[in-house]
Amino acid sequence: MTSLQFPVSILMSLPLNTFTQLDNFGHSLKAPSYVIRVKQPDDIYEAFQLAKGLGLTVAARGTGISYNDVSLNGGGILLDMTGMDQILEWDPVTGFVRCEAGVTLRQLWQKVEPDGWWPPVVSGTMKTTLGGCLSANIHGKNNFQVGTIGEQVLEFTAMLPTGALVTCSPDKNGDLFHAMISGLGMLGVFTSITLKMKRIHSGLISVDAWPVPNLNRHLGALLEHAPHYDYIVGWLDTLAHGENLGRGQIHAANNLKEGEDPNAHETMKLSYQHLPDRLFGVMPKSLLHYFMNPFMNDLGTWGINTAKYIASLRKHTFRESHAEFHFLLDYVPDWERSFGRGGLIQYQSFLPKETAEAAWREMIELSHRRRLPSYLGVTKRHRPDQFLLTHAVDGFSLAMDFKVTDSRRAKLSSLLQEFDKIVLDAGGRFYFAKNSETSAESTRRFLGDEAIKKFKKLKKRCDPNGLLESDLYRRIFK
Amino acid sequence: MLKWMYPFMEENVSDSPKPAPATPLNPRRRGIILGASDGLGAELARQLAREGYTLALLARRREKLEAVCTAINSTLAEARAFAYVHDISEYDEVPDLLRKIVADLGGLDLVVFVAGVNSPPGGIDKYNFENDRKMVEVNLIGAMAWLTPIAEMFQSAKAGQIVGISSVAGDRGRVGNPGYNTSKAGLTTYLEALRNRLTRHGVNVLTVKPGFLKTEMLKAAQGATPFAIEPEKAAEDILRAMKKRKQQIYTASIWRWIMLAIQHTPSFIFRRLTF
Repeated sequence: MTSLQFPVSILMSLPLNTFTQLDNFGHSLKAPSYVIRVKQPDDIYEAFQLAKGLGLTVAARGTGISYNDVSLNGGGILLDMTGMDQILEWDPVTGFVRCEAGVTLRQLWQKVEPDGWWPPVVSGTMKTTLGGCLSANIHGKNNFQVGTIGEQVLEFTAMLPTGALVTCSPDKNGDLFHAMISGLGMLGVFTSITLKMKRIHSGLISVDAWPVPNLNRHLGALLEHAPHYDYIVGWLDTLAHGENLGRGQIHAANNLKEGEDPNAHETMKLSYQHLPDRLFGVMPKSLLHYFMNPFMNDLGTWGINTAKYIASLRKHTFRESHAEFHFLLDYVPDWERSFGRGGLIQYQSFLPKETAEAAWREMIELSHRRRLPSYLGVTKRHRPDQFLLTHAVDGFSLAMDFKVTDSRRAKLSSLLQEFDKIVLDAGGRFYFAKNSETSAESTRRFLGDEAIKKFKKLKKRCDPNGLLESDLYRRIFK
Repeated sequence: MLKWMYPFMEENVSDSPKPAPATPLNPRRRGIILGASDGLGAELARQLAREGYTLALLARRREKLEAVCTAINSTLAEARAFAYVHDISEYDEVPDLLRKIVADLGGLDLVVFVAGVNSPPGGIDKYNFENDRKMVEVNLIGAMAWLTPIAEMFQSAKAGQIVGISSVAGDRGRVGNPGYNTSKAGLTTYLEALRNRLTRHGVNVLTVKPGFLKTEMLKAAQGATPFAIEPEKAAEDILRAMKKRKQQIYTASIWRWIMLAIQHTPSFIFRRLTF
């Protein structure tokens, strides 16, 4: 018998009790990994060395709230980046902030808001980490105005699997800058990120809400009104059919100008931005998802959507705090649990403004015919960007949430394959923070051979041993 | 460069293609079967693959193992059985191989330890230390070599299922095959201890005690082989027990009552028996 040939230090540094079962935000996919908590860039390099020695792969994970498998690496090593959570520099005069990659949007806005600033691009939840935001190159409800988060980045540093700590900006290492942002964490691991914040003159934001009766008017409203607002987002009643198909409600918002809020001093306080943790002042919202669960079926959602649409028929304008407007997904804690044991998936497609209406009409009708309606639809207005693995188009996006159950899996899978075909034929694209079923072939079709070749070339340069891999990477690039 | 550190990987593993990653609509249950080249192990592999499991099959003999994999995969739409050649008594290979398998499968939900040898001393008045040693090395220490790291991983992940194929032979020390009785008694006790450790962490440990199975091993048995069943039947019993997350089963189930009687036979009678 041969004796153990591992250097003791290596065996010691990957204890089996780091093996942890992890899942995605929708609780619809589980994968166990050896989790290593990193505190500094050197830890990341050590993890790369360890992985190389053990023949394992590495992926980075922030708070793990992506809808799909981008922060899962089944059977491999996962770097828990939430330990790198320091805001390194904050200048309330210029609005420049430098953060470690594990800093969340919650930490960031809570730091800068009292000084009269707001993150220029935020996701629908504040739980995301900046490293994750850059990896997916997230967008907000203001994508059509300011682009993705990548366009707000002045500079970042990243640890490459080669051990090099690189600094990138639009001018310096520009190719890497435009590939690592949107690069799904597959070229290197972000260590620090410098962003410029956006000036605000009030803790409130002015919101206009109005109904749209069908898909044509829905997309028309997004197109026509977007230029007059800082933010625009639509709710789409995915269960409405016939001439009501695509009906919904538009929320469009503008930041208040200086002087428009007489109480700016008060509303800018952090306490004013607090999301209430009780509904109607009595019911703890942490329990709310249990009460939502009975409605998470075709009939219940139809009832809720219809009621919601009727309630939205009154056109109105109101002011609410930035946190309330931006972080709708945090309004009900753990709402994704209301989808039950199988969890949920989200299917988001990005379509050019010319083809969007026909394609989405076809998709929504198909989902009705198959009796697999989506329970939530959200629309946004987008513009293209310069990043390598970009999802954006000059057009719109529609995100649809689907409930996953054992009996629906196979049917849902074939529905989404047909969706993919419709979207690709209409010149559309997909977003790697959301879709969990996009195949390598679909990915190749919308990204194009050129972009993939370029990405793989950079991958070879940054990660010659192929250490960085996630379940997503294996799904779409292998 | 680092090849010296893991000599095992390069040489002994057939470079089988890996399963496609799981997705929410295509979830994957992953299992390891130790001792899968024939008999009960191969039958369990067939049935588990049909149930949707993606499996790493381990055994010593490459040809037989690959034949089992090919036979399973040819009946399915996708390859779900992957061969890893391994000698259970090569304990030092375990950490590397386990890590590689878990990485290849993309996770681990189930481990079935079927591997076992039965080499009787050749008569009730014969003794053979070499045979006894081999049986303890494979049946007991082999199980401990694999299930120790797996138990630690499952405990940490707070999920998983371990199935150990012990034997009715472990319920009593008999005249015919002291080494085999000992190895299986040890395995039963070891599995019970794991169960007591792991249940509180959400991990299920199932001890299976087959009677006689119509497999290669049956030829080693001396004398009568009552209630012998096909491995298909035993595998069905085991899958049913796994789904119910049972703790212990006899297969065929009649052995439960037979062994109850045998276990309660007083020693002054039992030591005079010749089976």
